[in-house]
Amino acid sequence: MKFIDEFRDGGLASGLAAAIRLAAKRTRDYHFMEFCGGHTHAIARYGVSDLLPPNVRMIHGPGCPVCVLPVGRIDMAIRLVREAGVTLCSYGDPLRVPASGGLSLLKAKAGLGRNGGVRGDIRMIYSSADALRLAQREPERQVVFFAIGFETTTPPTAVVIKQAQALGLKNFSVLCCHVLTPSAIASILESPAVRQWGSVPLDGFIGPAHVSTIIGSRPYEFFAEEYRKPVVIAGFEPLDVMQAILMLITQVNDGRAVVENEFARAVTREGNRKAQQLVAEVFELRRSFAWRGLGELPYSALRIRGCFADFDAERRFAVDYQAVADHPACECGAVLRGVKRPQDCRIFGSACTPENPVGSCMVSSEGACAAHYSFGRFGEVAVAK
Amino acid sequence: MSAQRKGYVRPLDLRHGRVDMTHGSGGRAMAQLIDELFASRLGNNYLGQGNDAAVLPMPPGRLVMSTDAHVVSPLFFPGGDIGCLSVHGTINDVAVMGATPLYLAAGFILEEGFPLGDLARLVDSMAHAASAAEVPLVTGDTKVVQQGKGDGVYITTTGVGVVAEGADWSGNRARPGDRIIVSGGIGEHGMAIMAQRESIGFAANIVSDSAALHRLIAAMRASGAEIHALRDPTRGGVATTLNEIARQSGVGMMLQESALPIQPAVAAACEFLGLDPLYVANEGKLLAIVAPADAERLLVAMRAHPLGRHAAIVGSVHEDARHFVQMTTTLGGRRIVDWLTGDQLPRIC
Repeated sequence: MKFIDEFRDGGLASGLAAAIRLAAKRTRDYHFMEFCGGHTHAIARYGVSDLLPPNVRMIHGPGCPVCVLPVGRIDMAIRLVREAGVTLCSYGDPLRVPASGGLSLLKAKAGLGRNGGVRGDIRMIYSSADALRLAQREPERQVVFFAIGFETTTPPTAVVIKQAQALGLKNFSVLCCHVLTPSAIASILESPAVRQWGSVPLDGFIGPAHVSTIIGSRPYEFFAEEYRKPVVIAGFEPLDVMQAILMLITQVNDGRAVVENEFARAVTREGNRKAQQLVAEVFELRRSFAWRGLGELPYSALRIRGCFADFDAERRFAVDYQAVADHPACECGAVLRGVKRPQDCRIFGSACTPENPVGSCMVSSEGACAAHYSFGRFGEVAVAK
Repeated sequence: MSAQRKGYVRPLDLRHGRVDMTHGSGGRAMAQLIDELFASRLGNNYLGQGNDAAVLPMPPGRLVMSTDAHVVSPLFFPGGDIGCLSVHGTINDVAVMGATPLYLAAGFILEEGFPLGDLARLVDSMAHAASAAEVPLVTGDTKVVQQGKGDGVYITTTGVGVVAEGADWSGNRARPGDRIIVSGGIGEHGMAIMAQRESIGFAANIVSDSAALHRLIAAMRASGAEIHALRDPTRGGVATTLNEIARQSGVGMMLQESALPIQPAVAAACEFLGLDPLYVANEGKLLAIVAPADAERLLVAMRAHPLGRHAAIVGSVHEDARHFVQMTTTLGGRRIVDWLTGDQLPRIC
């Protein structure tokens, strides 16, 4: 595949690996957080860690939209299906996230659960436009689009809300769970584990790829300046990640802390103005939003503006968010904050596997636990020559 | 005394007709459907016996038997349809045991309202596949379910064959040192279905690899190579099949990502949908586990056959108490190639 294979080339990778080994000082350790699940996936999928020297360590960040969705939000979606009888359209990954009462959207779809027996009408879709089309095609159905994700998936949600209004649809609404990347980064940087105790040593960030195509590189400048942490925005291919690691090491060695853009083929400083305007037109900041692992964060998520209230499932069906505690043994919260590694969790790979996930990080292939379970947990084994 | 007039039976209307409940009720309508639509297309001496079961001659050897239910959606896809798929799939399941497939049986579950013209196309496709493979369909059954209780057509096929004494290919015979060969480009069937279902324009040229592999397998047997196991990587793809063999044999495996044959269009479509071609279904490919000394010889024999043209050695078997299948990535790192989790593609075969 042109323009893809070039970024997965083994020859270039070994050259970059040599450059990283050369640049990394033996006298110190380097700890970098890759914010996005896309980076986590690329690192695990291509075995990038195998090419890094032992003193360069990657910490998985909270940038997996499915992982940061709290149980209570999935519960809201299930309530909409069970109590309001809506047809819920969801992207694939949220379907398997554990909710209250041993449920998930997938199980609710099959009619499982305590007050179950009735199968919920839950459909997997690939695009917000699929949900809108369903609402147009079947006007007798109340269709709710379960909108999740960071800034990358927000503009497509804004588009369907505007289209639904233009079409005058009475049977389409959106359960908006869109969250904001800079808030999550700020939360990590403000956490006592990073600021006071130093239990999460953090020398820099690999900045988001797709999110940055929308919001640009400017929002990260504050973090580089205020917290003295280098940020390198990188694409989701393994060579992008390696190049970004080299750039971060160089910044650390030089004592610099600035925003650099490795993903210049797609990201500008200003980002996608048109998408930003669209999002601003349809959404406003929520006063507070609960994140799994990070807790309640002020102004960290979006809600649908009053002028589009007809298309807001929370208003139309009056469903409230109710906080639900995570499973007591699950360490997803600590994993999302970078405090623990997946393999540090007591139930990783035993009670919690991709088939039976206990926590959200075991669900999406971008989740730190699922990525480590599916790609990374090998030991040294003799390989036949 | 007037002569008895010959009854007129209006032929099935293949242009506008549809399956209705009478086609499964055991009366005249069913007899007509069987005669005009099935027997006329699939006809052979065994099916022509017209009894409740076919009586068949049996060559010497051990009997091999396999059955497969097909519920694919869409029913027609680039490179095939549920008809030929149901013939190829079962022939392959019998053949990968080292057996010569001999006979097929088919059960149809038809949904009320299904167009008779589409049914005729599917049966034509089955007839063509069976006659090209020289494995006759010798007995069958048809049932009709009410509208909404099925999805057009479900087809179950059962196949029998014979295998000679001494040919013991089995998933528990992989040994450390063995080489792993795949017979050609992976993921083509699953992506052909997916491209059709999701209307991905650039993937329109991907066609299903649905094919009967018994002649390729006969050529592999004739090469004299010491084959330990053979399997067709259908649902769950190459990754799942290799994990099955690794677990059955109590071994580990190491693949080379750069050696995997993948058509560029398949790779691009997988990339686009976020799928891993290792987990995408094949319907005309096989995986062979072969003794290391014979790997090259087997590869040459496979490449000489049209269905094995792109065969490649993609990895090897080694000792591993945890039975991991691993892969050296194009980047030079390592990853696990785990069992398929959940459902990558619904209803593809």
